[in-house]
Amino acid sequence: MTAQTVPGGPAAAPPAEPPARPGPPSAWSFAVRQLRFWLTDYRRTWRGSIISTVLNPLLYLGAMGLGLGTLVDKHGTASLGQVSYLIFLAPGLLAASAMGTGVGESTYPVFGSVKWSKTYQAAVSSPLRPRDLFHGHLLFVGLKLTMTSTAFLAVAVAFGAIRSPMAILALPVAVLTGLAFTAPIEAWTVTRTKDTSLAVVYRFGMIPLFLFSGTFFPVTQLPVWIRPIAYLTPLWHGVALCRALCLGIATVPWALLHVGYLLAVLAAGIIAGDRSYARRLYV
Amino acid sequence: MTTALIRARGLTKRFGNFTAVDGVDFELRRGEAFGFLGPNGAGKSSTMRMIGCVSPPTAGELSIFGLDPVADGPAIRARLGVVPQEDSLDVELTVRENLLVYGRYFGLPRSVIRGRSDRLLEFVQLADRQDDRVEPLSGGLKRRLTIARSLINEPEILLLDEPTTGLDPQARHVVWDRLFRLKQQGVTLVLTTHYMDEAEQLCDRLVVMDGGRIAAEGSPRELIERYSTPEVLELRFDPAVHENAAEKLAAVPAQRREVLADRVLLYVEDGDAALAAVRELGPDPLTSLVRRSTLEDVFLRLTGRRLDD
Repeated sequence: MTAQTVPGGPAAAPPAEPPARPGPPSAWSFAVRQLRFWLTDYRRTWRGSIISTVLNPLLYLGAMGLGLGTLVDKHGTASLGQVSYLIFLAPGLLAASAMGTGVGESTYPVFGSVKWSKTYQAAVSSPLRPRDLFHGHLLFVGLKLTMTSTAFLAVAVAFGAIRSPMAILALPVAVLTGLAFTAPIEAWTVTRTKDTSLAVVYRFGMIPLFLFSGTFFPVTQLPVWIRPIAYLTPLWHGVALCRALCLGIATVPWALLHVGYLLAVLAAGIIAGDRSYARRLYV
Repeated sequence: MTTALIRARGLTKRFGNFTAVDGVDFELRRGEAFGFLGPNGAGKSSTMRMIGCVSPPTAGELSIFGLDPVADGPAIRARLGVVPQEDSLDVELTVRENLLVYGRYFGLPRSVIRGRSDRLLEFVQLADRQDDRVEPLSGGLKRRLTIARSLINEPEILLLDEPTTGLDPQARHVVWDRLFRLKQQGVTLVLTTHYMDEAEQLCDRLVVMDGGRIAAEGSPRELIERYSTPEVLELRFDPAVHENAAEKLAAVPAQRREVLADRVLLYVEDGDAALAAVRELGPDPLTSLVRRSTLEDVFLRLTGRRLDD
C-alpha cells in the first residue's frame, strides 16, 4: 500500500494564518451550533412527532372538551366564567401540553446525552462550553414548543374552541410556560447519575400539576388552603394567562404578573443550569 | 526562546481528598509523540482532561499553545483533537452524520465538512460504511470513527486516552498504523496507555506515571537503558520449589533479581550466559526465556508493580 496523505494535512508547521483568537466567543453563535445538532437529531424523529403533535389535541379536545364537556355544560357554566367547557378547557390544555413537551425534553434527552451516548462529553471537547450546550438545547426546545403549540392552537380553532384573536398571544405564553419547566428541570437532570430519579419528575411533579393547576377545572374549586400551592406553580400562571388571552379577557397587570413569574422561573433555571452543566461536564 | 506546545509546572488535580495528579512537570514540543504510561488510577486520564481543557487544574501551571486552559478553553479546544477513553459517538446517527455534527461544533461550513469527511473516511477505511448507523458497528470501527471525528478540525495536537483499550489485536494494529501516519504528517500526538508495546510503538518520549506522580521521563530507549539491563532472563519453576529456587538464584551474578508470583526475572547483560550459570547452579527451570528489556521492566523497577496489576 502506498503512503496515504492525511486528511486535510494537519499542521506540521505553525499555521500561516493566526490561530483562533483567544477571548470569549459570542454566546449565541456557540449555542446555535448545539441547536443544529438537535435539529440534525430531530430529522430522524420529526415524522412521528408531527403525528402526535396533531393527534394529542384532537384526542383531548374531542374526548374531554366535547365528550365530557356536554355533561359539564348541562350543569351550568357559571364557575367556568359562562363559557362552554370546550372553550374553558382548550387554553388550559395548550399550556399543559407545553409543559408536557418542556418536561419531556428536559429529562431523557438530556440524561441520555450525558450518561448514555456521552455526546455532551464529546461536545465539550470542541470549542463549545457546557453552557453553550445548555442554551443550544433551550433554543431547540423553544422551537419545538413553537411548533407543537401552533399545531395545538390550529386544532383548537378548528374545534371552534377559540373566541378571541388575542389568542395568538397565547402562543408565546405557551412557549414560555414550557421553557419555564425545561430550564430548571434540565439544570437538575444533568446532575443525575441514575435514570430512575427522572421518573420522580413525572410522578410527583408533572402529573399533579397537570391535574390541579386549573387545566381541567378552576383552581377556585379546590379547598382554600391548597390554592396558594397551585398559584405558586408555573403551570397555573401559564394556564391562567393562556385562558384569559383565548377568551379575550386578559388585562395588562395580570398579564405582566403571569409573564413576569414565568420569566423569573426561566431565568432562575438558566442560572442554575449554567452552573450545574459546568459542574457536571468540567470535572 | 522556543515555547513549548504544552507546558505543565506543578500541575495538580484533586477530587475532594483524593489527589489524582500530584504536582507533575512536563513539556511537549511540536511534532512529537508523547506518552503517559502507567497503570489504571495513575492520573493519566486526569492529566489528559486538564490538557483537553475540560477539567480545571486544582493547582499549578498549565499552558497550551501559550494559552491558559481555563480562560481560553474554546480557543485552545478549537485546535485540539480528542479521542476519549470511552466512545462518545451518537449511535443513532450514521457514520457520516457523526462527522457532520461534530464539524459543526467547530463552526465549519457544510461544504468543508463534506470534503474533509470524504478524506477522513478514506483514511480510517470507513468509506464503505459511511451511511450506516453507528450502533451496530464493532468496537474497532467505532474507534476508527472516533479518530476520524477527532481530526475534523485538522487539529495541531491529538489527545488519545487509551486509544486501543478493549480492541482485539488486529484492530489495535490498524489504529497504530493510522496514528503512525498522522505522526509522520506532523501531528503532535499525546496519548495515555497501559500497554507498553503501544508506548514503544508510538511514543518518541514518555513519562511513567504512578500514584499521580511522574516516576521517570525519557525516550523508550533511554528509559530502558537507564532503568534496566539489555537483557532479561525469565525463569519459571515448579510452584512447589519456586521460592526455594528463587533464593538459590541469588548466587547467579545479575544486576537485579525480581521474584514475581509465577516467575523469576534476572536483569543481566548477557541472558544466555546467565542461563548457563543457572543450569550449572542446579535449580532446574520448567521454562526459560531470554529477551530484551522492555518498558514493562522499567515500570517494574520504578514502581515495584507490573503495569496490568
